[in-house]
Amino acid sequence: MSTYRYATFEVAGQLFGLEVGEVQEVLAFSEYTPVPLAPGHVGGLFNLRGQVIAALDLRVRLGEPRVDRAGPAMNVIVRTDEESVSLLVDRIGDVVELDDTAAEPVPDTLSGPARELITAAYPLADRLMLALDARAAVRGEAA
Amino acid sequence: MEDFDDVVQEFLVESYENLDQLDQDLVALERDPTARDRLASVFRTIHTIKGTSGFLAFAKLEQVTHAGESLLARLRDGAQVLDRRGADVLLRVVDIVRALLAQIERDGQEGEMDIRSVIVEVEACITGEGAPAPLPAADSAAKAESKSETEPAKSEASAPAETPAEPVADAPAAVDTPAAAPTADAAKTADAAPMEEPASRRGVADTSVRVDVELLDKLMRLVGELVLTRNQMVRATEHNGDHTLSRAAQRLNIITSELQEGVMKTRMQPISHLWSKLPRVVRDLSNSLGRQVRLELEGAETELDRSLLEAVKDPLTHLVRNAVDHGLEAPEDRVKAGKPAEGTLTLRAYHEHGHVVVEVADDGKGVDPKLIGATAVKRGLLTETQVAAMDPDDVLRLVFRPGFSTAAKVSNVSGRGVGMDVVRTNLEAIGGAVDLRSVVGKGTTWRLTIPLTLAIVQALIVESGGERYVLPQMSVRELVSVEGQTSARIEYVSGAPVCRLRGRLLPLVRLNEALGGPAERPEENGEAIYIAVLNGEGHEFGLVVDRVLTTEEVVVKPLASHLKDVGCYAGATILGDGRVSLILDVLALARNAHLGSAERAAAAAAALAEAAAALRGESRDRLLVTRVSDRRVAIPLSMVTRLEEFPVTAIERVGSREVVQYRGAILPLLRLSGLLGSWSEDVSDTVPAVVYSSGGHSVALAVDGILDIVDDTAPHGPADGDGLSGSTVIDDKVTELLDMRRAIMAADPDFDLPEYETPDYLVEAS
Repeated sequence: MSTYRYATFEVAGQLFGLEVGEVQEVLAFSEYTPVPLAPGHVGGLFNLRGQVIAALDLRVRLGEPRVDRAGPAMNVIVRTDEESVSLLVDRIGDVVELDDTAAEPVPDTLSGPARELITAAYPLADRLMLALDARAAVRGEAA
Repeated sequence: MEDFDDVVQEFLVESYENLDQLDQDLVALERDPTARDRLASVFRTIHTIKGTSGFLAFAKLEQVTHAGESLLARLRDGAQVLDRRGADVLLRVVDIVRALLAQIERDGQEGEMDIRSVIVEVEACITGEGAPAPLPAADSAAKAESKSETEPAKSEASAPAETPAEPVADAPAAVDTPAAAPTADAAKTADAAPMEEPASRRGVADTSVRVDVELLDKLMRLVGELVLTRNQMVRATEHNGDHTLSRAAQRLNIITSELQEGVMKTRMQPISHLWSKLPRVVRDLSNSLGRQVRLELEGAETELDRSLLEAVKDPLTHLVRNAVDHGLEAPEDRVKAGKPAEGTLTLRAYHEHGHVVVEVADDGKGVDPKLIGATAVKRGLLTETQVAAMDPDDVLRLVFRPGFSTAAKVSNVSGRGVGMDVVRTNLEAIGGAVDLRSVVGKGTTWRLTIPLTLAIVQALIVESGGERYVLPQMSVRELVSVEGQTSARIEYVSGAPVCRLRGRLLPLVRLNEALGGPAERPEENGEAIYIAVLNGEGHEFGLVVDRVLTTEEVVVKPLASHLKDVGCYAGATILGDGRVSLILDVLALARNAHLGSAERAAAAAAALAEAAAALRGESRDRLLVTRVSDRRVAIPLSMVTRLEEFPVTAIERVGSREVVQYRGAILPLLRLSGLLGSWSEDVSDTVPAVVYSSGGHSVALAVDGILDIVDDTAPHGPADGDGLSGSTVIDDKVTELLDMRRAIMAADPDFDLPEYETPDYLVEAS
């Protein structure tokens, strides 16, 4: 039995979590350079201390319609082997410590593009947290 | 000889490094004699030095390392275990090797160094004989050299039984004293020599360091970041009244530039690395084809980023092979043409405003644009009218189109039509360009323009749809402003936007639309727009943008993997204000624009050709009217490349001629008033000039004013004076017609004025 720490955030009213080890940092950013002709889930590019980071709109990635974010959007920056990619989320939550025995299989009712991004579901005290597969989430295929 | 020295230098540097590693390995091995990988590494090192020294004929070095290797082979094979004595002997071998290397470094010779004693020691160690205590330690260097090989063997034989019984356990104690002595002794021999010339010159190992390419790449990246930060800093202080800060920014600016240059230099290698293989290529090829070729290399010391060097290797080799195969004629044909039987192939490398230019020039038969045009028609690439409407230089450039080959017969050398377009693609992939100039019967020059580095590019920043985009300066030929009722206007041929540019029809791509934006025609509302004339895939096309902002040095950042498939972008960068901007992939834009609708493109092409042909005829009949003192002088518009105004202060003198510096080249300037025998009394700060360019050469004809562009409809009268070809009446005023050919030759007698640019050719072609 081992415990995992998850950074949680909210997208379209649903709570998601990423293992903290996979999260490079979380920050708010307001200016994005649009990328014409890019897949719909690409929210834009921004400058993170001299690195060009692509921001992926997790809403669109999960099959939700795109919304215009007024003001700064929250970025969860995920580090993969090759590059850092940002996931645009609606709200940042707490870091929670979870026991891996608490994990439940992904509900069968979950369908659509979200299905392949979720590895497990954790019932928290007041709501359900879906554990995201960081690699799948930042992978290039259009949702 | 120089090459040989290079080889020796390299050998020395490499060996020194390996020896340092050897010392460590041996000491570690002594502690843990079973470490097979270390043993293998030691063996490899000694073996390498032995092999190279044999090749370079350093006999002593070879003998010493050979002895060491024999012992190591036994250790490696498990026939013997490394004990302290063995380690001592091996370390001594290392010391002797180092001493020999130092000697070689000083005077290129091995000198009179004693190696006998150490070899004897090694042999004794191998046979497991008792420590030949007195021999190596007591022997002076001179004596050992003179001794015969049999003597040490004898002396070993005399004292065999003492140690071998328990070699492993007892060895350390047994050899304690003798071992210490030889080591010290060897150290002395090794040290003595270098001491003689203290600090007279630094050794190779001190002046050069091997650095991991990855580290260099990292430095390059960091410098890239610094350049960006510098740009932001400079911009921020521009409008800031703080003098201290401005000065600091100024210094930062300078230091960053120097640092950038320095780091770039660390990655530079002379182009001779590439060229060294060419003499052989040319020799073999010319032998097999029955050509006589003299290869001349100029500027072999010109340096290029190593990654770029690698990228131009194949294109360059291809061009050289092509020149030998197709460019140069067979000796008998050359003699018939009045040329020496031996052809000359010249490779020239030099720097030219921030780029490296490599030219491959032959003095062969040249490329005939008529032949190229005919082949293009035969291959179905273009129609005859299209070819006729093209500029001869552009006709030549057809060879860079995919699937184009003019070789009458396909040989195994070149001429399968997979050559020149690959050359072009390779060059464009690294932000370079390739062009050619050719004079029929005289020869062909291929010109490769290569950026100094991949990481930082000179860029033009443009705006479209409210966003900024970056165009590599390399692909931008010129900028045209379209505003109100200027001569440049966007027209539509079968719905495809085109622009008339000096008598040619330039297909246009609206950046906004190419990037999926709405179709807008802001110019129809009287708004100013700009056309960046770009060069992609051998075609020229105009990219319509809203605004042209500035030029800036930008650092190319790779695209996130999500965006690679989009295909319009070559990368991203961070501009001076910190915002991310996309670098446009000019080739992809050109390609996408043509893919848009195949049928429409085909229809447009046909219409375009017609229109262009008509236009060509029309432009022949258009005249640029200029004022030369109090006379009106007309110049055929087809012979005008550009109109410029040069400040009087920019006009300099070379001998009796006047010149101006123009786009990094020296442009001969001829005052038409002088040619026509008038006296110009105009005193103004600027001089209007008509620039004519062909095949990379330009001349400027200075006039006193540009008056008008008119249709040449009136009949021509006879010429009345030198430098004129006739006269006519324009706007009720007598206007003289300039003999353009005459004027160009007067400005630059060396100007290669192509035959086919005379009106006769036009008549013939159309």
